[in-house]
Amino acid sequence: MGGLPEISEEKKREYLTDLQLRNFNSSGILYGVIAGMDAIKDANIAISEKEPNWDLGIIFGTGTSGVDKFREAIYKVDDQNVRRLGSTTVIQTMASGISAYLGGLTGAANLVTTNSSACATGTEAILLGYERIAQGKATQMLCGSTSDHGPYLWGGFDAMKVITYKHNHEPQKASRPMSASASGFVPGSGAGAVLLESLESAQERGATMYAEVLGGHINSGGQRDGGSMTAPNSEAVQRCIKNALIDAGIAAAEIDYINGHLTATIKDATEIENWCRALNRSGADFPYINSLKGMVGHCLAASGSVEAVSTILQMQEGFVFPNINCEDLHPEIATMVASEKIPREKIPATIHTAIKASFGFGDVNACVIFRKI
Amino acid sequence: MPRMTTEEIYTKLEPIVATYLPEDIPISEIDPDSDLTGELNINSAHLVDIVLDVEDEFNVEFANEDMETLRTMNDAVAIIQKKI
Repeated sequence: MGGLPEISEEKKREYLTDLQLRNFNSSGILYGVIAGMDAIKDANIAISEKEPNWDLGIIFGTGTSGVDKFREAIYKVDDQNVRRLGSTTVIQTMASGISAYLGGLTGAANLVTTNSSACATGTEAILLGYERIAQGKATQMLCGSTSDHGPYLWGGFDAMKVITYKHNHEPQKASRPMSASASGFVPGSGAGAVLLESLESAQERGATMYAEVLGGHINSGGQRDGGSMTAPNSEAVQRCIKNALIDAGIAAAEIDYINGHLTATIKDATEIENWCRALNRSGADFPYINSLKGMVGHCLAASGSVEAVSTILQMQEGFVFPNINCEDLHPEIATMVASEKIPREKIPATIHTAIKASFGFGDVNACVIFRKI
Repeated sequence: MPRMTTEEIYTKLEPIVATYLPEDIPISEIDPDSDLTGELNINSAHLVDIVLDVEDEFNVEFANEDMETLRTMNDAVAIIQKKI
């Protein structure tokens, strides 16, 4: 069981030419191209077919690239038929395939790269792009992340027993962040993208502004002191959140809303405890919190950017989306956070300041803070 | 199979090459002396894809040396003619 966006052939042709789609078999690049180009279009950035755009950069992350294309290639290579691989195997399977595709489509000629930090990738991409602009090295950065879909990517997680197997007969109930009956995550796929821009440039061209990046932090627990390849060091998580507040120049009391990592494994309660300790807030004083993974599954490398987009849309439209499949709130979480701060129904809410964190294999963390404009 | 004429080969070759034309080059630009990458502006990386499509269409196999002599439509026709 896994989540994947349905993309019609017609939809593909809105973004890629027949020639680009010839022998194309990389779901992650397809999702990333759609999300990235939608962000460029929404930001009203003109694309020249002739001139490079020196001020536009791209940081678009992924975990793997073109696993289905790679599978095709392996069969041909094992058949001693290397010559039949064609010209696009490399560009679809190289890690930086997605930033390269987007670079060609947009003409971006500043930093064009792919980052990779497992499930922290998307949030990390936003922070890396933010830093590039803050340093004055770029005016606009297309930041996002994508993830392939399918069994060759997800199988390894299943083998680790971190994917739930209890709801195959009722997939809509399977992804249960913060629930007492959470039994592992549901893998998902797709892509998310945001266009970051210096305030001066955005104001000058009258761009639609959804939110401001106040700051953030990226760190690692060093795979020490409780941290490992697959588990986060709680002290590092708390430091990441606290340092994000310092970087943003705000107090913990200003946070109205948390978009959690919250994957629906046994670690959800630990994450809540880390939020409580880092923010020094609990019970009814705790900010609203939810997890998009209840609705779309865990999009792995894409999760941070997909969830960041959901965070920004809630700020803009003034609501908190429901934590679906959390009707049985985990009792340990209930001792730390007041039940009404974990909405089970959509509620209207003014979110001035939101915090989003993502944690990835390798004991890596990323935390970004957005403010409503 | 009876031997194909040069014209017959060319007729089958043209739509294969047309697939790889940049969007701003019309099919009418293709003629027997067109340099595939130089004049028709086909991305040189796509020459290998054209060869694979030709191999499928004509049931032939290009050697590395054939690839090296492939510049124009006529070159392609000549190579194919030798092999079928």
